[in-house]
Amino acid sequence: MSKSKSDATVTAFHDHDVIVPKKNLKSFAQKVTADETEFDWEAIERAEAALNELSPEFDGWMISECDRLEAARKLLTTGGLSKGTTQVLFRAAHDIKGEGTTFGFPLAARIADSLCRLVFHTAKPAALPLDLIDSHVAAIRAVVRENVRGEDDPVACELADHLRVLTDNFLKDQHKDDPDWLAEYGTPSIVPE
Amino acid sequence: MYRIEFNRLRFLVIDDNAHMRRIVRTLLHGYGAREVYEAEDGAAGLEAFTSYTPDIVITDWAMPIFDGLELTSMIRQPGANANPYVPIIMLTGHSEKRRVIEARDSGVTEFLCKPISARALYQRILNVVVNPRPFIKTKTFFGPDRRRNVNPNYVGPERRKGGKAEVIKAQPLLEKLRAPT
Repeated sequence: MSKSKSDATVTAFHDHDVIVPKKNLKSFAQKVTADETEFDWEAIERAEAALNELSPEFDGWMISECDRLEAARKLLTTGGLSKGTTQVLFRAAHDIKGEGTTFGFPLAARIADSLCRLVFHTAKPAALPLDLIDSHVAAIRAVVRENVRGEDDPVACELADHLRVLTDNFLKDQHKDDPDWLAEYGTPSIVPE
Repeated sequence: MYRIEFNRLRFLVIDDNAHMRRIVRTLLHGYGAREVYEAEDGAAGLEAFTSYTPDIVITDWAMPIFDGLELTSMIRQPGANANPYVPIIMLTGHSEKRRVIEARDSGVTEFLCKPISARALYQRILNVVVNPRPFIKTKTFFGPDRRRNVNPNYVGPERRKGGKAEVIKAQPLLEKLRAPT
């Protein structure tokens, strides 16, 4: 049975309610052609152009993200390996993973992804291998310093692959007695593009 | 094709990284949006949500104070704020399956992985504007219907009880194997 609340229509079932909010955003869209799946490419191109206008800022932003990552690494030495200090490092690496490609440095993003995995999947901060963290931080800095853009620089690719292998080997050893972790690690993302 | 009237929509972008906020804002303005508000963590985001009553929330996951997941859970409290049904787009560097399911179960409407692109963000916004999903409330969940489609070929027990689709008879696997093809 359905009943109307002030802001939604609620249909009650045995163990759940289905609620249809009265306010939705459909009135903010106008159908202009019959094909409902077609995108408004003009709007997308305008947004791409706006992002392109912003792009001269990206090099400076990437350098500041590298500085942040290095400061986070130094904190591990001065502040010790704790949940708090490793979280600071994780956040700095995670931001480079998310932004690196937009800023024009997809290989830096790939190396940062490997560093995120290393920090996230190492259960005890004290077990983190500092030398491997240092290699990641130095590699990200080198990619930016050498202005390695795109994804096909052979040396940078080999470096990124090598760091990922070292990370995977370290983590698999750390979790060798955890079959659930081993089964789940490395499974492909289910996020649509 | 739908044309979204971005100039009438109000956005709230929550991300602790100022660069990412600027990128999202730039894309939204590029689509034609005028009202874009920003917050730099979950707590400020919740305050901004109450003050600005946005039509669409775009939030990061990993943030200090409380994160995007906790923020989503706070927004999805029926009766606790002005609009618990607001579409929430989670924009994050997390892409693992477990994370996506966790976000969905906290009440996130759409999930978008970084690196961001003008097309991918547009597609998520189009989806929340043109294809709003009903909300489901159970003892343990309140959020947009996690079933995006009805699978006509599904056989098996129906987990939601009551109503027309209480039980769908499952065809025993053995019978299925014996059936002529």
